[in-house]
Amino acid sequence: MKPFHTLSVLSAALLLTACGGEGDKTQARGPDPKLPEQQSSLLPSMKIAEPAPWGEQKPKVPEGYSVTAIATDLAIPRQTLVLPNGDILVAEGRGGSAAKLKPKDVIASVIKAEGNTRVKGGNRLTLLRDADGDGTYELKTVFADNLNAPYGLAYADGKLYVANQDALVRFDYADGQTKASGPPTKITDLPAQINHHWTKSLAVSEDGRQLYVGIGSNSNITERGMEVEIDRAMVWQIDAATGAHKPYATGIRNPTALTIQPGSGQLWAVANERDELGPDLVPDYLTSVREGAFYGWPYSYWGQNVDPRAQPQNPAKVAAAIKPDYSLGSHVAALGVDFSIPAMGEKFADGAFVGEHGSWNRDNPVGYKVIFVPFSNGKPAGEPIDFATGFRGDDGKTRGRPVGVTVDPKGALIIADDLANTIWRVTRNR
Amino acid sequence: MTTLPAYPTVRPGPLHSILLAGAVPLFLGALLSDIAYGQTYQIQWANFASWLIAGALVFSGFALLFALVNLLRAERKAGRPAAYFLLLLATWVLGLVNAFQHAKDAYAMMPGGLILSVIVTVLAIAATWIGLTNLRSGVAQ
Repeated sequence: MKPFHTLSVLSAALLLTACGGEGDKTQARGPDPKLPEQQSSLLPSMKIAEPAPWGEQKPKVPEGYSVTAIATDLAIPRQTLVLPNGDILVAEGRGGSAAKLKPKDVIASVIKAEGNTRVKGGNRLTLLRDADGDGTYELKTVFADNLNAPYGLAYADGKLYVANQDALVRFDYADGQTKASGPPTKITDLPAQINHHWTKSLAVSEDGRQLYVGIGSNSNITERGMEVEIDRAMVWQIDAATGAHKPYATGIRNPTALTIQPGSGQLWAVANERDELGPDLVPDYLTSVREGAFYGWPYSYWGQNVDPRAQPQNPAKVAAAIKPDYSLGSHVAALGVDFSIPAMGEKFADGAFVGEHGSWNRDNPVGYKVIFVPFSNGKPAGEPIDFATGFRGDDGKTRGRPVGVTVDPKGALIIADDLANTIWRVTRNR
Repeated sequence: MTTLPAYPTVRPGPLHSILLAGAVPLFLGALLSDIAYGQTYQIQWANFASWLIAGALVFSGFALLFALVNLLRAERKAGRPAAYFLLLLATWVLGLVNAFQHAKDAYAMMPGGLILSVIVTVLAIAATWIGLTNLRSGVAQ
């Protein structure tokens, strides 16, 4: 193992030092991306974030907006939720216990860890409160702990829903509460075997009766076997009262964030697509999630583009696959989505914010920012607009990595940064 | 008619022999695992192949060091000492390429991985054959 290991790390290190620059240019974004041919290289490209502290720096936001760190020293914040009284809940944790099956897994885990925080996941919910409305969140307190890698958060009718990596749970919540009154009640277990993609995203229907949980695949492209993909790469619809579930949409490789579109009540998702087909394949996407639809994984992508790595193939499933609505670009690692409101300002009034964690397997890094996808008549329309950038600096160092984005009804965007362990709040200048 | 060896006898050390011969069943096992994966699509066979190749690279890598020392110390370098070293070098380099090929996800390793496994196994057997013959007899030609 040793010579192999050393050599691979060496060659990976050589790759790490190569090139830089703007990675978006070759990316096909928008509703109808032109996809390149599949590529296969002996050594996959890797360019890992080189972490650095923010220091005096901050993310860059559009003119007329300001950004503040409202909480720091968190324990891997992922998703946030704004409660009815304006308090912010932050889910903190790191999940996954996928076994390393090949020499490659051992090597890749060491390299990828370079670009992540060294902090231990909190397995808790932290509550932030700005009692006097001055924009400073003076209260930071643990709302609930001893959770198992909590990620998805939702609130409806006095119930706070939390998607742990292995179960969907519920807390009773009264306005103003700063601490859970007890341990949560389990609504249902969630698929948790291996948990290669462990994040369980969550949204609740407008009437509060249905919960939607996004469950990622157990592999990049079935390299852990087809058997472990049962109940994976799909969105479950769960009855909030009984815990009964059914697959709502399937073939979505990793639905990392879900949200309900105001007005239409339609479920939307951002999803991360497969790797190792080249720097510009396969696009991560933003899509409305259609009930009963199959989105391709693992057999095909973006409609009928067959992926020969998924064997045995399934032509019937390929034929049934539908295209997502909007390409965000390949490897951007979209992990957060929320719809905007008019209070965010004219330019950003109609559309969705998307948090992009940033690439690790692309020579020209992409992502590492929060973008705004403009909507028109309830559908994405036009090029995405950068909303918060500077997470990966011009000096090649990475100061933060955006995950969840949440629109605060007061007219602010809450951004969770799981590298700097910080919550950012972007507001319009008055 | 018998003739005495023209060169001093080079006896194979036990460690050298184990490393050299040990790579053969490892590469062969990887080849058989590849065939099983191609037949069944059961991913565990591909995992087995990956680790068998990694093990074979460790064995043949250290054997290669012995072969190099053997070559440098041989009074006559042409012929078997050189052939042995070059064959083993080719085995190791292609074996490394095969390791990377096997690192590709799911069926992306096929059919390249299987083809490389055939070539590497044949090379490993040839290198071991010549290497052990050379070292056992001590006859360079």
